[in-house]
Amino acid sequence: MNLQLIKKFTSAIVGCVLIGTANPALAAPKPATPQPAASIPAASLIQPAELAALLQSPAAPKPLILQVGFRTLYVQSHISGAEYAGPGNEESGLQRLRERVATLPKDAAIVIYCGCCPWNHCPNVGEAFSALQGLGFTHVKVMYVAENFGDDWVNKGYPVAKGS
Amino acid sequence: MKLTAHIAATVILGASLCGAADSTAIGDRAPDFSRPDLAGKPVRLADYHGKLVLLNFWASWCGPCLEEMPKFSGWQREYGAQGLQVIGVSMDDDSAAARRLIARHPTTYPILLGDAALGESFGGVLGLPLSYLIDPNGRIVARYQGNGDLAKMETKIKALLAQRSR
Repeated sequence: MNLQLIKKFTSAIVGCVLIGTANPALAAPKPATPQPAASIPAASLIQPAELAALLQSPAAPKPLILQVGFRTLYVQSHISGAEYAGPGNEESGLQRLRERVATLPKDAAIVIYCGCCPWNHCPNVGEAFSALQGLGFTHVKVMYVAENFGDDWVNKGYPVAKGS
Repeated sequence: MKLTAHIAATVILGASLCGAADSTAIGDRAPDFSRPDLAGKPVRLADYHGKLVLLNFWASWCGPCLEEMPKFSGWQREYGAQGLQVIGVSMDDDSAAARRLIARHPTTYPILLGDAALGESFGGVLGLPLSYLIDPNGRIVARYQGNGDLAKMETKIKALLAQRSR
């Protein structure tokens, strides 16, 4: 086997082990029961109309918007400019979220949202919010989607995009 | 000429910005599709022409969906002989999750594996659960989004089956 390839592979494994040891948030196991959306404090919520106004205001600084739901939903429609972070109810999604924010300052403005199903049944936003809080982010808002992304964002005429 | 081009460009841009451009209004013909079932066999909506179809989009992570499914299984048993056909479409990103769920909680009706393209053909499946009633001629007669009133849905199904038998 190519010696260079073996060296690279070994370095990657050692790197992963070191990162996991140094940062407990990266190694934290996923809780058995998803954190409910209802556990998110009201002060950390942002209404769809408020976020839409922010996005449409040329002068307002724009937050990083992350969809923490399912790719099938994201591909069909997502908030313009939003990035896909992966489902908050799966460890793979939380890992992707942690990696996306790893280099951001802790006071970065971040908005997360899902909209897969009615708010009280969403398995994703509570977990994702909790993960970001655990990493020390202080300016995280969660878009409150009462029913679903279609009714509460798309059908209101707010800006959307399609595709992966 | 310039004005026409400008209007056309605006319409195209508007359509591209709208997440639910495809129409699935009540009275429209339901878009035909073919998707694999859990065994990998392709199933077409058109195969059920002549039946009253309850097309239910669901996912293994969707609590309200899982609450509805036993009821739908009961309806398939009770009204299947009268012409009802329930079809479940999993919108899970990972088909293995749907397979695991159905292995634990089997349904009396076929489960197909959906995707974003199928969702878009129905105007966007942008929240679950979502169900359509499609009449024997392939037209959409009802749409139920979110935590539906199942008693109301069953009343509608019974009325449509009664119409079908007349």
